[in-house]
Amino acid sequence: MVRFLGGLVGLFFAGMLLLSFIWGAVSYVSDPPAATAEHEFHLHPRQIAWSFNGPLGKYDNAQLQRGFQVYSEVCSACHSLHQVSFRSLADLGYNEAEIKAIAKARQVPAVDPNTGEATTREGVPSDKFPLVYPNDVAAAAANNNAIPPDLSLMAKARHDGANYIHSLLTGFSEQPAELLRKFPDAKTPEGLHYNPYFANLNLAMAPPLTAEGQVTYGEGQPKPTVDQMAQDVSAFLMWTAEPKMEARKSTGIGVLIFLIFGTVLAYLSYQNIWAGKEH
Amino acid sequence: MSFPWAEHYTPKNPVMKWVDERLPLPRLVYNAVGAGYPVPRNLNYFWNFGVLAGVALTIQLVTGIILAMHYAANAGVAFDSVEHIMRDVNSGWLLRYAHANGASFFFIVVYLHIFRGLFFGSYKAPREMVWLLGVVIFLLMMATAFMGYVLPWGQMSFWGAQVITGLFSAIPVIGEPIHTWLLGGFAPGNASLNRFFSLHYLLPFVIAGVIVLHIWSLHIPGSSNPTGVEVKGPQDTVPFHPYYTAKDGFGLGIFLILFALVLFFAPNSMGHPDNYIAANPLSTPAHIVPEWYFWPFYAILRAFTMDLTIPFTGLVIIPAKLLGVLAMFASILLLFFLSWIDTSPVRSGKYRPLFKKFFVLLVIDVLVLGYCGGAPAEEPYVMISQLAAAYYFAHFLIILPIIASIERPDPLPGSITEAVLAKSKNKNDAVDAAPAAAAAE
Repeated sequence: MVRFLGGLVGLFFAGMLLLSFIWGAVSYVSDPPAATAEHEFHLHPRQIAWSFNGPLGKYDNAQLQRGFQVYSEVCSACHSLHQVSFRSLADLGYNEAEIKAIAKARQVPAVDPNTGEATTREGVPSDKFPLVYPNDVAAAAANNNAIPPDLSLMAKARHDGANYIHSLLTGFSEQPAELLRKFPDAKTPEGLHYNPYFANLNLAMAPPLTAEGQVTYGEGQPKPTVDQMAQDVSAFLMWTAEPKMEARKSTGIGVLIFLIFGTVLAYLSYQNIWAGKEH
Repeated sequence: MSFPWAEHYTPKNPVMKWVDERLPLPRLVYNAVGAGYPVPRNLNYFWNFGVLAGVALTIQLVTGIILAMHYAANAGVAFDSVEHIMRDVNSGWLLRYAHANGASFFFIVVYLHIFRGLFFGSYKAPREMVWLLGVVIFLLMMATAFMGYVLPWGQMSFWGAQVITGLFSAIPVIGEPIHTWLLGGFAPGNASLNRFFSLHYLLPFVIAGVIVLHIWSLHIPGSSNPTGVEVKGPQDTVPFHPYYTAKDGFGLGIFLILFALVLFFAPNSMGHPDNYIAANPLSTPAHIVPEWYFWPFYAILRAFTMDLTIPFTGLVIIPAKLLGVLAMFASILLLFFLSWIDTSPVRSGKYRPLFKKFFVLLVIDVLVLGYCGGAPAEEPYVMISQLAAAYYFAHFLIILPIIASIERPDPLPGSITEAVLAKSKNKNDAVDAAPAAAAAE
C-alpha cells in the first residue's frame, strides 16, 4: 500500500515537473529570453595583488593610513562608517594623540547638559564615526533620492569586495557605442553614471576620484594617482569590514599546527590499536 | 547493551562502584560508547560521520550559548549587535565565524551520514526507528538553521524569512492567517525576530534529546556495517572502546582540520555577501537564496512553474506555488517511508549492482539540484532543476521499488569475518602474486 501510494505521488510530481519542463522548453525555444545590457556588459572586478591576499597576507598600515586619508577627504562627505570606533584606528598604527585629534575633528551627537536639547560635541576615541546625515530621508533628499550606503562593511557586502570597490571607483566611463546600438533603451538615465562594474550598470554616485593629486599624500608615499587612491581606500575599507583579519589568520596557523600534530598522534594510536586486527 | 556477548560492566574503582550502585550512569556510558558496546569490526570511514555530527552539534551549542550572551534580539539593534560581537567582544569574531561555518559543517557531515545510510541500507529492518528519528533530527536541524540565519537581521535574513514563511501562505484558505500567525505580523519584524531567537535557542536541545533516542534505538539491533550482513557472533565484533574511539579520534582530527581551514582562512566563503547589509524592507535583493544546504530543496520548490488545471477549462486545481511547496515538503517526508518503499532484502548497496548505478545517479542529481537552487531563477537553471527534481521523486518513489523486485543481488558473504578475511586474503594474494609474476618473466 505504501509503495502503491508512493508510486502515485512520485508519478504525479514527476509528471507535473516533466510537463512544466516541456512547457518551459517550448516557450524557451519559441520565445527565447531577451538578452539584457546587464548580462552582456557587466564586468567582474579586476584582481589586485593585495597585501592581505592569501593565508599569510597582512594589511599594509601605510596603505591603510593613505586609504583613511582618502576616505576622510573624499568619501566621508556622503558615506558614513558607523560600525567603526575611533579607538580602533590604533590598528592602523596611529598613536593615542593622533587618534584623539582625529576624533576631536568630528562632531558627534550629544545632549546639551543644561537644556537637554539635542546638540553635538567633539568626538572622543571611544565614539564611533558619526553618521553623515541625521536619517535616510535627509540622505535621500541631499543625493537625488539615492541613499549613500554606510561603508563599514562594504568590502564584505559585495562579491570579491576589495577588488569590486577598486574596480568600481576606477571603472566610470562613457557608455560604449556598442551597448547603445544593441540596446537603445538602455541609455544611462539623466543623473546616473555608467559603470560596467555596477550590477545594473548605472550608478547614482558621480566618479569620486577624478584627478591625480586630489588627495595630498605625505612624504615618501606613492604618487596619488586615481588608481593608487582607489586601491588605498579599497584596502582601508577591507580593514573596516574585517578588522580582526590578522588575528584570525595568525590564530588559524597555530590552530592548524596543533590539529595536524594531534591528528598524526590520533592516526598512530588508531593504527596501533587496530594492529593485528583484520578489518 | 544489545548482544548477549557484550561485556558487562564491573567497576574496578571503588568510587565508580559506589556511584554505579546508586546511579548506573557509568554503566550507561560503558554500554553506549565504551567497551560494553560490540560493534562490527569492518566499519569503513563512512561510519565516522555520526560521531562527527555529534561534535558539530556540540560546537554549535557551545558557541551559540556564548554568542547569545552578546547578541540582542531586537530588530532595531540586532545587526549592530552582531558587528559588536565581531569587533568588540573578546574573540567574538572566532565565536561567530565558528557558529556560522559550524552550521555548514554540521550539514556537510549530516548529508554524508544520510547518504551513507541510503547506500548501505541503514534504513532497513531492524533499524527503521533509527532512520525515522534521524529524519526527525534532520527536519529539526533545518528549522533551527533557518531561524538562526534570520538572527543577524541582514538583507538575506529578512528576505529569506519573508520567502520561507511566505510558503505557508500558499495553503488555500487558512494560508494567510497561518503566515501572519507565524511571523507575528504581516511582514518579518521584531515579533518574528524574537520568536525565532527563542526557538533557535530551544530546538538544539530538542535535537540533542532526539539524538539520545536515535542512539538508544541504534543500540537495540547494534550498528549496521558495509556488508549489510548481521553480526553472527563475537568474532564479528570489536568493542567500541578502544577500537572505534581511536578511529573516530582520527576522523575528528581530519574534520577539525578542514573546519579550521574554512573558519580561519575563508570564513565568508559559504555565506552570502548581502547578509552584511542591514535588513531593509524597502529594498528587495536581486536574487533571494537561502544558505547552500537548502539549495536542493529550494530548487524543487522553484521547479514547479505550471498550475494543475482541468484541461480545456482553465480551472486551477492546485496553483504552481502550492505544488512547489507540497513537493518540497514531500521531498523530505518521503524519507520517512523509505524503509517500506525499498523492499530489497539485501541491505548493502555493495551487493546490489543495479541499485548502485541508480544511487550514483541520485548523488549527481542532488548535486545538480543544489547547483540550480543556488543559481538565479532563470533559464536554463529552471529547466535543469525540473528534470533533476523529476528524477529525485522518480528515484525514491518509482525506481527503488522496481529495482527491489527485478534486481538479482550479488552473493553475500557468509559473515562479517568471512568478508574481512576474504578482503585481506585478496590483498595478500596481490602482494604475493607480484614477485611471482616478475619471476615468471
